[in-house]
Amino acid sequence: MLPYIGRRILMMIPTLIVISFIIFVIIQLPPGDYLESYISELESQGESIDPAQIAALRAQYGLDEPFLVQYFTWATGMLHGDFGYSFEYGLPVSEVVGDRLFLTVVISIFTIVFTWMIAFPIGMYTATHQYSWGDYGLTLVGFLGLATPNFLLALVMLYFANVTFGISIGGLMDPEYLDADWSWDKFVSILQHLWIPVIVIGTSGTAAMIRRLRANLLDELHKPYVVTGRAKGVPPFKLLVKYPLRVSLNFFVADIGSMLPSIISGAEIVAVVLSLPTTGPILIAALQSQDMYLAGSFLMFLALLTVIGVLISDIALALLDPRIRLEGGRAA
Amino acid sequence: MQVIKPLLAIRDLAVEFNLHGTPVPAVKGISLTLWPGRTLALVGESGSGKTVTSQAILGILPANARISQGEILFTPPNSETVDIAALNPNSQAMREIRGDKISIIFQEPMVSLSPMHTIGNQITEAIRLHRDIPKAEEKQLCIEMLTLAGFPKPEQAFNAYPFELSGGLRQRAMIAMALICHPALLIADEPTTALDVTVQAQILHLIKSLQQKLGMAVLLITHDLGVVANMADDLVVMYHGEIMESGPSETLFRAPRHPYLQALFAAVPHFDMKPGERLRPIREIDHETSPFRQSAAKKEQIQPQSAPHLSITNLSKSFGSRKGSLLGSEQTTTRAVCDLSLDIGVGESFGLVGESGCGKTTLSKMLMGALKPDSGSIIYSSRNTPIDLGSLQGEELRQFRRRIGLVFQDPHGALNPRMTIMNILREPLVIHKFGNEQSQRQRAKDLLALVGLSPRFLNRYPHSLSGGQRQRVSIARALALEPELLILDEPVSALDVSVQAQVLNLLKDLQQELGMTYLFVSHNIAVVDYIADRIGVMCRGRLVEVGRREQILRNPIHPYTRALMAAIPYPDLDRPLDFQRIIGSNYSDPQSWDSPYAHGPEQHTEWQEVSENHLVRVAVTATESTTAGTAGAEVSL
Repeated sequence: MLPYIGRRILMMIPTLIVISFIIFVIIQLPPGDYLESYISELESQGESIDPAQIAALRAQYGLDEPFLVQYFTWATGMLHGDFGYSFEYGLPVSEVVGDRLFLTVVISIFTIVFTWMIAFPIGMYTATHQYSWGDYGLTLVGFLGLATPNFLLALVMLYFANVTFGISIGGLMDPEYLDADWSWDKFVSILQHLWIPVIVIGTSGTAAMIRRLRANLLDELHKPYVVTGRAKGVPPFKLLVKYPLRVSLNFFVADIGSMLPSIISGAEIVAVVLSLPTTGPILIAALQSQDMYLAGSFLMFLALLTVIGVLISDIALALLDPRIRLEGGRAA
Repeated sequence: MQVIKPLLAIRDLAVEFNLHGTPVPAVKGISLTLWPGRTLALVGESGSGKTVTSQAILGILPANARISQGEILFTPPNSETVDIAALNPNSQAMREIRGDKISIIFQEPMVSLSPMHTIGNQITEAIRLHRDIPKAEEKQLCIEMLTLAGFPKPEQAFNAYPFELSGGLRQRAMIAMALICHPALLIADEPTTALDVTVQAQILHLIKSLQQKLGMAVLLITHDLGVVANMADDLVVMYHGEIMESGPSETLFRAPRHPYLQALFAAVPHFDMKPGERLRPIREIDHETSPFRQSAAKKEQIQPQSAPHLSITNLSKSFGSRKGSLLGSEQTTTRAVCDLSLDIGVGESFGLVGESGCGKTTLSKMLMGALKPDSGSIIYSSRNTPIDLGSLQGEELRQFRRRIGLVFQDPHGALNPRMTIMNILREPLVIHKFGNEQSQRQRAKDLLALVGLSPRFLNRYPHSLSGGQRQRVSIARALALEPELLILDEPVSALDVSVQAQVLNLLKDLQQELGMTYLFVSHNIAVVDYIADRIGVMCRGRLVEVGRREQILRNPIHPYTRALMAAIPYPDLDRPLDFQRIIGSNYSDPQSWDSPYAHGPEQHTEWQEVSENHLVRVAVTATESTTAGTAGAEVSL
C-alpha cells in the first residue's frame, strides 16, 4: 500500500507541471494583457498615459518578456509560495485570497455535511420503500431541488427572510465585523449567517445524491447475499446498513475526487447574489479582467485539489472494498 | 411416552404473487411432511414453485408475495410447535427461527456471500445473532465449523474474502455459515447446480455426513434426479405449484406412477442408451428445415473432402494476471490452453469435456477468432481450400466469420434485452449484407421455424421467453448465416432436464439435416455422450484422453476421465455415487494422478494409443523423452 501511495504522489508531479503549462497558455490566449485593458479603461475615462510609463510598468511586471520566460518565473515562484502579483488589487495573490479561502472552506464543509445528513436517510428510505407515497413525495421534492437554479433559490430566500422576518441575510457576517479581527462574537455572527448559503448551495447536491444513493441501493437490495443475511436472521435495519449500503458506498467515495475542487470554485453565482466573501466571485472577476497571476494561481490550486482528491478517493476505495484492494487487475 | 411430531408439516399451503394488481398463484395448496433427521427432496422444473415453498418456510418471500392460505407447522426439538405461516416475517420470533433452527444454502455461492466481508465475519454474525457467547469462543466455534466443512486451512479461510476462494470452497463456507448454529432443518436450494461434477460429489457427501453428525433434517430442492437418487429418503414432485406425486424415493424411483415423473425420468440422458435411442422431452418440438436443406445439399455436392474440417496444431494461450497488492508488480501467468492438437472431421460432432477452468472456453474463443493464440495454428478447411485462421485479417476475417456459428451457455445474457427477436435474428444478416429487408424478414421467420418456434415470437422481447425458448432463439441466430461449423459452449447446462432434452434433440436433428460440424463443449459427460461422435477430455489446458464416444465411455483409461465418470450422480438407486473414491483427492491436479499419467508442470507428455483412435496422455520420463510418441502424435511440453 505505502509504495503504491508513494508512486501515485510521484505521478502527481508531471501531471501538475503539464496542467500549469496548459493553464498559463489558456490565460494568455485572449489578445492583450492586463495593462492593455487597464489603459483602454483609463482612456475611456478621458485620461491619457505616458507611453514611457506604460513601458516601465510592462518591464516591472515582466510582461515584455517572452512567453516561456514568463511561465517559468510564475511556475518556479509558486514552488516557494510566491503566487505572483494581482494587478487588480495591487496586492500579492496570497494576500488577496487569504481570508476568503478560509471562509469558503467553512461554507463548503458545512454544505457537505448538510448534504450527507439529509441525503442518506432519505436515499435509504426511498430505496427501501420504492414506489410508495413516501418515495414519490420525496422524489418530487428532490427533483424540485435539482431543477431550481441555486441563485433563484437564494433570491427567493433573501426576499422572504426580509419580508417575513425583517432580517437581512446577505453576507456571511454582520457588517460591523467585516474588517474586525477574529473574535467570539464574529464567529457567532458567521454561524448565524451560515445556514442560508448552506441550504441554498446544498439543495441541488442533496437531490442528486438522494437519486444516486437510491439507484445504487436498489441494485444491491435484491442481490442474493442480502437474502442470505435475512435467512441468517439479521434484523432489517442492520441488514440494510451492513450489506447493501456498504456495497453501494463506492460511488460515494469515488465522488470525493470531484468534491474537493468544487469546495473552492463552486457556487460562484450564489456567492455573488448573497454577497458572500468567498473565493468564487474573485475567480470570475480575475478571469474577466485578465488578472493573470491571480486567475492562474486559482486554477492551479483547483488542479492540485482535484489531483489530491482523486488520490484520496482511490485510497479510500481500496480501504473500503476488498475486491479493489486484493483483486488488482485479475481480469486478463 | 412422548409422541414424535414431524419436524415440519406443511398443510394446504398456497402462496400468491401480486403482479400489477392481479394475484398470480405460485404454490397451490401443497401439503408435505418432513421427519427429524430425514432428507426430503423437492423436485421440479423452474417455475414449479419449489423455491417459493422454501422461501415461505423461512419467511423470506419477496415483498410482492404472500401466503394466502394454509399452515407451516415447525416443531424444533424440545420446543413447542410454531405456525410459521401465521408469523410476521419480520417479527422477533421469526428472526429467532431463521438462521438458528432453520438455515438455507443457495445455488450460487459467489453472489450469496457478501463480497465486502470476510468469511469469518459472515459466519460469526450468525452465532452472534443467536447465541450469547464471548468473542474468542465465537472465533473458535467458527474455525471448528470450517474444519468440519472440509477447509484445509480454516484459520486462513476465516480471514479470507469470498472472491479469494474457489467455487467449491465458497459453497463449503456457505454450508459452514448455515450449520454454525446446528439447525434442526437445512434447506438446500439447488446446492450443487453451479458446481463441477467432482466438486458436486464432494459437496453432496459433505452435506450427507454433516447431516448424520448434527442429526438435522434436509429439505433438498433440485431438478437433478441424479442428485435426488443419492441423497433423498423421501421425494415430492412439483409441477406448476402443485404436488404431482410424493412418497419414499425407493417407491418413486422403482415405480413412478404419475406420467409427469415418468416423463422426467425419460428426459435425462444416461449412459445405457442404445445407439439411435432418443430422449423423450416432456414437450416435443416440431421444427421445419426445408428452406435450409437445399443449400445444405448444395454444399454437400461441392464438398466431398478428405482434409479435416478443423485442424488444430500445438495451440497455446496464456493469460497474465496481476496478483497480490495494489501494486500489481507481481505477474503470474496461467496457461489456459497448452500445446493442444486436435483434428475434427467434416460433419463430425466432437464433444469436449472438462471442468471449469480447464481451458475449453478459451479454446472455443480462439477458434472463433475472438482471442489470438500465443503459438500454434488453426487450419480451417472448407471446400478443399485450407484457411489459416491466424493469417486472416480485415475483410477476409469478416467474411470468414460467417462460417462459424456460436451458441453460448447463458441464454439470458446472450440476447440483447432491448432488441426484438426479429432484430436479433436479422442482425447477422444485416452485418453481412445478406439479401434485402424483405428476404431478411422471411429468413428470420424460417429460422424460427427451424428451431420450432412460431413466427408470433418475432415481435417479442427476450424477457418474455422461457429459458429454453431463448436458447432456441440463440441457436437460430447462430444458424442465420448457414455456418459450416457450430461451436456450442455449454448450451444446455443452464436449462431444466426436460428443456435440455428438447434442445439436445433439436441440435441432434439439425446437425443431421443440415450436415454441420459440431464442437460441443460441456462439463456433463452424459450430455456429451448423447450428442457427440468423438469425445476429448480436457484438464488444465491439455487434452488428456481422446477417442470415439463408446471407447471413452466403456473403457475410460485416464484417471481424470475416470474421476469425472465416477462423480456423475445417476438417477438410479442401484448405482449410488461411490463417495469414498471421490473424496479427499484433487482430481484436476496432474501431480495427483497415478503413474504413468502423473506429471509436473514442466514435464513432457505424449499420446499413447490404447486402441484405434483412442489416445491417452502419459508423462514422459526424462530417459525416454527423446523417443517419439507411439501414436506418431506430437510430443508436447
